[in-house]
Amino acid sequence: MSQSHRIGGGQIDRTQPLNFTFDGKSFVGHPGDTLASALLANGVQLMGRSFKYHRPRGPLSAGSEEPNALVELRSGARQEPNTRATVAELFDGLQARSQNRWPSLAYDALSINDRLNSFFTAGFYYKTFMWPAAFWEKLYEPIIRRAAGLGSMSRLEDPDDYDKGFLHCDLLIIGAGPAGLMAALTAGRAGLRVVLADEDFRMGGRLNAETYAVGDHSGADWATAVQSELVSLPNVRLMTRTTVVGAFDHGIYSAVERVSDHLPTPLAGKPRQTLWRIYTAHALLTGGATERPIPFENNDRPGIMLAGSLRAYANRWGVAAGDRVAIFTNNDDGLRSATDLQSKGVDVVAVIDSREGGTLLPGIRHLRGAQVIDSAGRLGLKSITVRGPNGKVETISANALGVSGGWNPNVNITSHHRSRPDWRDDIAAFVPGSGGPANLHCAGAAAGHMSTHAALKSGAEAARHIAESMGKQAPYVLPVAEDAPVQITPLWYVPGGKGRAWIDQQNDVTVKDIKLAHQENFTSVEHMKRYTTLGMATDQGKTGNVIGLALMAELTGQSIPATGTTIYRPPYTPVAMGALAGRSRGKEFKPFRLTPSHKWAAEQGAIFVEVGNWLRTQWLPRPGETTWRQSVDREVLQTRKSVGICDVTTLGKIDIQGTDAGLFLDRVYANTFSTLPVGKCRYGLMLREDGMVFDDGTTARMAEHEYVMTTTTANAVTVFRHLEFCRQCLWPDLDVQLISTTEAWAQYSVAGPNARNLLAKLVDQDISDAAFPYMGAGNITVCGGLRARLFRISFSGELAYEIAVPTRYGDALIRKLVEVGAEFDAVVYGTETLGVMRIEKGHVAGGELNGQSSALNMGLGKMVSKKKDSIGMAMTLREGLNQPGGLRLVGVRPVDPAASISAGSHFLPLGAAPTAENDGGWLTSKVFSPHLGCDIALGYLKAGDQKIGTRMRAVNFLTQVDTEVEIVSPHFFDPEGERLRA
Amino acid sequence: MRLTCPLCGPRDRREFYYYGAEDYLHRPAPDAPIEAWDDHLHLRTNLAGVIKDLWYHEGGCASWLLVTRNTITHEVLSVERVADRKGASA
Repeated sequence: MSQSHRIGGGQIDRTQPLNFTFDGKSFVGHPGDTLASALLANGVQLMGRSFKYHRPRGPLSAGSEEPNALVELRSGARQEPNTRATVAELFDGLQARSQNRWPSLAYDALSINDRLNSFFTAGFYYKTFMWPAAFWEKLYEPIIRRAAGLGSMSRLEDPDDYDKGFLHCDLLIIGAGPAGLMAALTAGRAGLRVVLADEDFRMGGRLNAETYAVGDHSGADWATAVQSELVSLPNVRLMTRTTVVGAFDHGIYSAVERVSDHLPTPLAGKPRQTLWRIYTAHALLTGGATERPIPFENNDRPGIMLAGSLRAYANRWGVAAGDRVAIFTNNDDGLRSATDLQSKGVDVVAVIDSREGGTLLPGIRHLRGAQVIDSAGRLGLKSITVRGPNGKVETISANALGVSGGWNPNVNITSHHRSRPDWRDDIAAFVPGSGGPANLHCAGAAAGHMSTHAALKSGAEAARHIAESMGKQAPYVLPVAEDAPVQITPLWYVPGGKGRAWIDQQNDVTVKDIKLAHQENFTSVEHMKRYTTLGMATDQGKTGNVIGLALMAELTGQSIPATGTTIYRPPYTPVAMGALAGRSRGKEFKPFRLTPSHKWAAEQGAIFVEVGNWLRTQWLPRPGETTWRQSVDREVLQTRKSVGICDVTTLGKIDIQGTDAGLFLDRVYANTFSTLPVGKCRYGLMLREDGMVFDDGTTARMAEHEYVMTTTTANAVTVFRHLEFCRQCLWPDLDVQLISTTEAWAQYSVAGPNARNLLAKLVDQDISDAAFPYMGAGNITVCGGLRARLFRISFSGELAYEIAVPTRYGDALIRKLVEVGAEFDAVVYGTETLGVMRIEKGHVAGGELNGQSSALNMGLGKMVSKKKDSIGMAMTLREGLNQPGGLRLVGVRPVDPAASISAGSHFLPLGAAPTAENDGGWLTSKVFSPHLGCDIALGYLKAGDQKIGTRMRAVNFLTQVDTEVEIVSPHFFDPEGERLRA
Repeated sequence: MRLTCPLCGPRDRREFYYYGAEDYLHRPAPDAPIEAWDDHLHLRTNLAGVIKDLWYHEGGCASWLLVTRNTITHEVLSVERVADRKGASA
C-alpha cells in the first residue's frame, strides 16, 4: 500500500523502505518512523479498542503519554503486549497486531459494551457485582477480565537477556530537549561527569517536532550539532532510548534502556533492555511538558489527537494525519499546529478557538469564541460539530482534529518522594513544588519555562548553578530562539453535552463519571481516582489527570490548587518484568556454588542436590543400581564395613585468633573452649540470645591463640556475622580477630573402620591412635609435603577424620583418596548417606536445628555452662524453657519393622483421637537404616525422656501414614561410641 | 538508599545487612532481672523520626555500624563504626 498521507520534510530516511505488518496487512515505512507515524502515513488511523467500552481508537499523541494506540508486537516467544505504537520504533519485518478486540479491530463484538454504557459508569464493579458474594471469583471476575482486557501474553519463556547496569555521575539530565541539551553542553564543558538520558531514539525533544530556529540552525539541526560536541566530551555519556523511571533515596535514579527493542532480535551478546541504577550528586529534570486535550462529546474518535502531536507527525515524520484538518484550541500553541500544517500544504479547514476576541490567523478560517461540541465517524473522524460565538451550530467535514487544552509540565519525578506540585495560573498548569528529592533541579518546560529561549536559558542556568556548587565555573552563550509567552484561557471541558466526553481515554473515564463521583461524595482527589479509575491505566493519566481534578475543583467550588493532585509514583512509564528481573532468572535466580569434588563427582555420574548456597553430591549410583535407595544403602553399609569418603567443604570454617580467642569462644558457645588443649577439638553448641539453639559444630585449637571453628553449611554466613557482632558490638575490648576460611580449604570426611589405614597412605606423619587420638586436631602434610589439616571427628559414628587441603588441591585430593582407597573398597558418599548415618547416631541437624528448640529440647541441656556468661545462657534459665514435660529429642522406630514412618508425623497416644490436645510432638527427620533394616526417625516428643520404651502412633495426615511406633533412645547405633575411639 | 561506610565510603544499601535497633548494643548483665532481658530482646520503640539502628557491612569491610537516620525523610544523619565508639563496651 502506498504511503498516502506522507508529505514533505521530516527526519526520516526516505531512501530506505521498511516493510511491516499490522493485523496481517503489509505496509511500508522508513527509518525514523514509529509504528504510529508509519501507520498514519499509510492512512491508518484506527489502531486499538478502548478498555471498557471497546470504542474504536487511534493515537491521541506522538509520545510516551499515549493512552489509545496500544498494540501487540512480534510473535512467538517475543510477543509483547500493550506497547504504545507512538514510541515503537519501526524496523524491517515488524509484526504488529491490535488487541482487546474480537473478531477484528473494525468489527469488535464487545463494542456492545459501548451501547450498554449506562451500566458501566464509575463504580460499576462495586454496585453491580455485589451479590451473591461467591459469584465474584468464579463468574464475574473471569468475565470482566476477559472483556476488559489489554493485550495477551505468549506464555512462552522470554528468549532475550536483560541486564542491570550501574552508573555514577555528577549530574544526571533527564530529557534531551532544548533545556537538557543546553544543560549538558554547559555542564559538560565545565568538566562535570554528565549522563544525558532521553526516552526517545532521537535527542532534541520538541525541537524535532517544531519548525523553530535555534541560532542559525533549525531546532533539529542545532540539537544534532550539540550532540556532536557532547559525543566528543569524554565526561559526557549520551543515552537515547533510555527512560528515567524513578527517583529513589540519596540521589539514586533508575532508568530503562531499550537496547534492542528497535531491532528484530538483539545483536549477539546484547541484552534486550538494561535497567540502570544511576548514582548522582545532582539531577536535572528537563523532561518537557505533555499536552492535554479538551473533552467534548465523542472526542475519542480515531483522527482526533493532540494538536502538538498532529504537528509533530507533520514536522518530524512528514505525515498528515488527515486530508482535511481542523484545530480546537484554548491557547496560542494550538494555533501553531494550524500554521505549520498549512505551510506544508495540508488543508486546514477551520481553527476553533474557544477564546473570545483577539487577532485572527491570516489565510485560515479562524473561529473565535467557538467550541467543538460533537464529532461523527464510527471508525474514523468524518466531521465535527461546532458551536459558534452566537450559538449557531454547524457541521464541518474533517478527518483529523488537533486539540490543545494547554501543556502540563512533566513534574512526575519531582513527586516521587511525595512532594506536591504548585499551581501556576499564568500557564494554567502545575509546576514542580518544593520538597522534592534532594539535589533534583528542574529546567525547561518541566519547570514551566515554556518558550524555546526560556528552556535554553533555564537549562544553562541550572547547569551553571550545579557546576558552581561543585567548585567549577560554567560560562555559557545562549543561541537566539523564540520566546513567545503562554497565552491561554482555560477551557477544561466543553459543557452542555448529553453524551460522553472522555477525560481518560485508556480507562474510559468520562466527564459524567467525575460528576457521578462528585454526586456520590467521592470528592477528594484520591477517592475520585479510585472510584472512577482516572489515571490508573498504563499511561497513568498523563493526558487526563489534571482535567479530572480541574473538573472536580469546578464541581466542589474549590480552586484547582486547593483540590490538589494525587501522588505520582514510579515508574514514569511501564517497565517490563524482564528488565526488573535482569539476569536473575532460572538457575541464575539463586546461583549455587560447586564443591571441590564436583568435577570428579560429575564424571562419576553423581546425583546432585542444592544445599544452602551449594550444589552437593546427593548420592553416587553405580552400574546396575536402579533406585536411589540401592545406592544409599550400599554407601552406608560399605562405610560402616570399611571406609567412605564425603566432601564436607560446605561446612563453614572460621579462623579465630588473638590472646582472648578462648575467652571469646567461651562467650559465644554455651560450653567451654578456653580449657581445650592445643591439638584437640570439641563439639560446640551455639545459642541465640533468646536461649534457642543457633548452630553447632566442632572447633579445634590449633595453637595457644588460634582456633578453627566449623559451622553448619546453612549458617556459615550468619554465624560469621553473629561472631562479628559479638566481637565489635558486645566485647570490643577483647583481643580477637576473625576471618572466614570456608572457601580456603577443601575438606573431606574419611569415615569407617579403615579410615586410618586409608589416610596413613597419604599423610606424612604418624596418625596412630596414640599419636593422633580421638578428637585430635593438627597441621599435617600429605603426599610428601602439601600442607593440610587433620581433625579426628565423626558425624557418622565411625572412626573418622576430616582432612583439609588448600582448595586448589581439592580435586587432586578426592582423586587421590579414591585411588588409594581402592584397596579398601572405599566408597564416596553423598548427603543422603550423611543423613542416614547421623540419624543412626542421633546427631541433630537441619530438622532439629529449627530455630525454636533449646539445648534442653535436644537433650543437650547439660552442655550449657552456668559457670560463665555466654550468649543465650541467661535466657536458657527462663521458666518457660524449663517446664517439666517439655519437648525432648527421641528416637523412633516402627513396631513392625516392615512398616514405614513419615517425617512430619505427629505423635499421638495409642487410641487417642487425632486432636491438637492429644498432640505429643512431631518427627523431625526420618531415614531407612540399612544397618537396622527398618525406618528410623528423630523427633521432639513431650516428656520424651520419660517415654523411652513406650509405644505411640505417628500420624501424618498429608501422606496418610499412620504407624504404631516405639519411642527409643536417639542413639540407634553404637551408643557407647566405641567405634569412634577405635 | 546509600550508606556512607566510615571505611569504604558511600555504598549501595544492598551491601549492608540490617539488624535492628541500637538497643542490641546494651546487653544486660547475666544476672539482670528477666524483665531486663525481655526488654532487650523483644520490646522496641517504633519511632517516626530520628532513630539509631545497627547495620553490618557484609558485602564490604565487615564493620558493624551504628546508623542515625530519619524514618520520615530517609535522611541518613550519621554512620559510625560501633567498634570505634568510646564506651561501646556494654
